[in-house]
Amino acid sequence: MAIALPEETAVGRGAMTPLPYRVVRKRRENHDNWTLELEPVADAIEPIGPGQFTMLYSFGVGEVPISTSGDLERSGELVHTIRAVGAVTKALCAAKAGDVVGVRGPFGNTWPVAEAQGRDLVLVAGGVGLPPLRPVVYHALQHRGDFRRVVVLYGGRTPDDLLFMRELKQWRDIDVDVTVDAAGAGWAGKVGVVTKLIPAATFDPFDAVAFVVGPEIMMRFTARALLDRGLPPEGIWISMERTMRCGVGLCGHCQLGPTLICRDGPVYRWDELAPFMEVPEL
Amino acid sequence: MASILARRDLDVLFEALRDRGYRIVGPTVRDGAIVHAEIAAAADLPEGWTDEQAPARYRLARREDDAVFGYSVGPHSWKAELLPPRVRLWQAGRDLEPDETVPDAVPTAFVGVRPCELAAIDVQDRVFLGGRFQDGDYAARRAQAFIVTVDCGDPSDLCFCTAVGGSPLAHEGFDLALTELLEPEHRFVVRAGSSAGEAVLADLPTREATADDLEAAHLVVARAAHEMEGRFDAEGVHDLLLRNLESPAWADVAERCLTCGNCTLVCPTCFCTHVVDASSLDGATAERSRVWDTCFSLQYAEMHGGNTRPTPRSRYRQWLTHKLATWEDQFGTLGCVGCGRCIAWCPVGIDIREEVRAIRAEEETNVHAHA
Amino acid sequence: MRTLDALIVESPVFEGLDQEELELVAGCGKNIAVDAGERLFREGDDANTFFLVRSGLVALETYVPNRGAVTVVTCGPGEIVGWSWLVPPHRWRLSARVVENVRAVEFDGACLRKKCEQIPELGYDLLSRFAGDLADHLQSAYVQLLDVYGDRAS
Repeated sequence: MAIALPEETAVGRGAMTPLPYRVVRKRRENHDNWTLELEPVADAIEPIGPGQFTMLYSFGVGEVPISTSGDLERSGELVHTIRAVGAVTKALCAAKAGDVVGVRGPFGNTWPVAEAQGRDLVLVAGGVGLPPLRPVVYHALQHRGDFRRVVVLYGGRTPDDLLFMRELKQWRDIDVDVTVDAAGAGWAGKVGVVTKLIPAATFDPFDAVAFVVGPEIMMRFTARALLDRGLPPEGIWISMERTMRCGVGLCGHCQLGPTLICRDGPVYRWDELAPFMEVPEL
Repeated sequence: MASILARRDLDVLFEALRDRGYRIVGPTVRDGAIVHAEIAAAADLPEGWTDEQAPARYRLARREDDAVFGYSVGPHSWKAELLPPRVRLWQAGRDLEPDETVPDAVPTAFVGVRPCELAAIDVQDRVFLGGRFQDGDYAARRAQAFIVTVDCGDPSDLCFCTAVGGSPLAHEGFDLALTELLEPEHRFVVRAGSSAGEAVLADLPTREATADDLEAAHLVVARAAHEMEGRFDAEGVHDLLLRNLESPAWADVAERCLTCGNCTLVCPTCFCTHVVDASSLDGATAERSRVWDTCFSLQYAEMHGGNTRPTPRSRYRQWLTHKLATWEDQFGTLGCVGCGRCIAWCPVGIDIREEVRAIRAEEETNVHAHA
Repeated sequence: MRTLDALIVESPVFEGLDQEELELVAGCGKNIAVDAGERLFREGDDANTFFLVRSGLVALETYVPNRGAVTVVTCGPGEIVGWSWLVPPHRWRLSARVVENVRAVEFDGACLRKKCEQIPELGYDLLSRFAGDLADHLQSAYVQLLDVYGDRAS
């Protein structure tokens, strides 16, 4: 029986084989987050879009899915902000300039930025949910006229856990509001859950689109708060994360009900996925 | 156009395949079961054997005739050939210039493929070849496979292929298809399903099939199909399961399920694999392998410090709803081909047909309670 | 310069209050301005007032040995600060400090309690509104307790 062999990827490699990338620069963002700026040693992956992720590989240790966090229109480098929580991420965050890591991707789908054309764009980030949204902010900064109001609501655990704080203050024509769950000493800002920022945020719920990223439970509560504010269900988009191993839809691990997150996501319209997110242990 | 091959000439098929450089894998009796192994001649086939299957039960028994393929399905399926349990994908030095492993696929003839097994291969083709990314190792092995199906004449008590859109008759997708007939003389109706099949057929000492031959062949599969009637109501099973994700029935089956994963091992469509990254002791070389995994394992749904399916209930529900419902959303076909293996090889005899029935019944009870 | 009435109904807690009730409530209120760094009230003191923040930021805090004053939540424009006036023993459970210069409406809780006793409908309406406000705060506090951004997977 003749079966067509698969088309090779653009660079002639199997989907499970990483490309070597060199660490050009590493920046420490806070006590457990680092941003790596990578350039290809030889061949490069296809251009990555906002919301997409790559599988980053640390020699001999393993791979993790990490969303891109950089300015996709400016820098030629691949930028990822990583939180050092497990063996692989700790190894990646310990890399020095000149070290080589493996990259597979880009995988997944992108934020539907076009949906926000001419409307208010509301970005709600919880914890390490801000890095995956940062490319959208850069896009908005570069094409500010495409949107009406741009609002960023950011909630972190404590002031020490916040990311990109110096940069946030430089974002022109964007309403940024930040809060923490628990205040440290000397914090003169807001304390409380990120959903508390929604009632007072300046946007028209009847003509806005919201992108929400954070722990699942935070996305659930945020979506409800946005709905309470009057945003229609089809205007809320989230970025999902579950167990991921191959990143290319062949290993079965990233299933959530009827969807494969690496293939159909990670960006989803809230109302399409909510029924499955709300079933415990699905 | 069909031909007839006499039983005594079955070895010519083996010779023809070997002459073309095929390694031959087929059914043989080993350790009290009919398994797949490399075989050399017709003498290696399970002549005169049949299987008796029931929930948590598989036994071989002697037939009264000398049918060569007079059993249904054993614990092995063809996924061990197309998706080997452990495959190295690449290895690399610290510079990370990966050396991709060339699949050690060789031309292999699968002899004795049941129509349900062929359906399972089609299901897996969609997973591994039908998406944006394909599995190169699976594709290489698939391209080198020569498929000889054998229609079903003796389904086990656990078979229900017709309830899930299958048939004891192989329709398409094979290179050669055989139907075994015992009376008045022991022979096989042979059909070619590809040009490769036609080429092999041309080497066999066959005669043209008569109307009686075809009638007899038709009766074999018709009888098999009839035997399987009413064994499973798959009506609306997709929506049924997705409507009842919190049914108390899941807790009932969870009390019995050992999460041993036997069902996923024997299931011909289960395809989940794990990606294993390792390095040599001196830290100079790293390699990546693809190994079989099971959604019943506790580690399956682990993610940096947590687990989204920590209970047997959640893992059993995941397996069954994937097999009978969400597989369709993900790949466009049902995941189940009705072979019954999971029922026979479950140590506690969980029958997925009964579990679906229980969910249906539970839903009906609730509907009436609230009506 | 807007009237007190207009300022009061801007808050979600008092939204939709009818004119009669609004006048009763406004009658117990007065405009205040408090500079950053000043205390609004102190944990343990008698609680017979509450505040509707119009602008600025107020931090609710408590003193924790070895950590100092820890802010548990901040309240901004439109939010009510102070529920202890409603229920005995009418004692502040937390302290409140102004973080950003505040303009607020300060209400005489004792005055309003008396009116509620005299006019049960007003009492019921206010109690319902404050119960809803407390429920929101409780829900948010529970989420804070969950420590969702912690080291464990979400």
